[in-house]
Amino acid sequence: MRELIGRDTIVEMVHDVTGEVLSTMLNLDAAQDAVYGEMQHGKSDGVVSFVGLAGPQCVGTGSLQCSSDVACRLAGRFLMSEYAFVDDEVLDAFGELTNMVIGNFKTALEGHLGAIGLSIPTVVHGKNFSTRSPGNEEWTVVPFSWGDDRLYVRVCLKAKDSAEAPPLHVRKPFTTEQIRHTFSELA
Amino acid sequence: MIPYDLLIVDDSTAIRKILQRVLHSAEIPLRNVYEAGDGLEALAVLKANKVSLVLSDINMPNMDGLQLLAQIRANQEWKSVPVIMITTEGSQVKVVEAAQLGANGYVRKPFTPEQIKNTLAGLV
Repeated sequence: MRELIGRDTIVEMVHDVTGEVLSTMLNLDAAQDAVYGEMQHGKSDGVVSFVGLAGPQCVGTGSLQCSSDVACRLAGRFLMSEYAFVDDEVLDAFGELTNMVIGNFKTALEGHLGAIGLSIPTVVHGKNFSTRSPGNEEWTVVPFSWGDDRLYVRVCLKAKDSAEAPPLHVRKPFTTEQIRHTFSELA
Repeated sequence: MIPYDLLIVDDSTAIRKILQRVLHSAEIPLRNVYEAGDGLEALAVLKANKVSLVLSDINMPNMDGLQLLAQIRANQEWKSVPVIMITTEGSQVKVVEAAQLGANGYVRKPFTPEQIKNTLAGLV
């Protein structure tokens, strides 16, 4: 798989857009911690969000994750209110923060990769859950901290490389006839 | 200044609340504030109420902000209503598209209260 864009460039973009969103909307001065890569999220507790990215040259996902307590404090700063537990307002605020961070990351990315579409954020709250994406792409994880609080911004990008596409393919859902026809093409 | 009958269109209730707070703190005169979660809901509000200013996100489910803007500009009754886009969509393509469709202003999220105030001041 060809590299779409260097990790350093991705990290710089994530650093800039996350810093701007946290300082402008939450009046929060967060420090970026050591970046690392991971193949899958491990077991998680708290709140995690996902936004899909898709363009002519790439597909990918952006994700934010933090503990339930941190999500409540972020929502409290966002809405100038107090939240003792994760409710719809906290999830909505976290979704909007995700939209801003990954949306602005997308805009920065468009300078390198052309127009990219953005999906509506999905936000999940739970305990001891795992998440995985199909494929074996590495996620770039950029942690941010302020006091004891941590927010993890994850990005996974994959090149759309037509040279790697199989010459024959069957779209799901498929009929027996489509499978038979595809095998006949192989013969 | 004549108070606005304002429609805020955003799928995030958080942003709808924040915008209302910013407008109140900026002492923008408001008579009625209506909210909608997407373009379709916004059209229903426009049909049922007199609206004199629209603040709209772009990326929303069901009907996005650019489709809503096109519908507003195509309607004889609403075509002169000012529409400000407030969105994370910072790409030049979207900004140009919004301008071509007749948006009166464009504010990128994240925004400061001053950016909202200045954009609205430009309408007066």
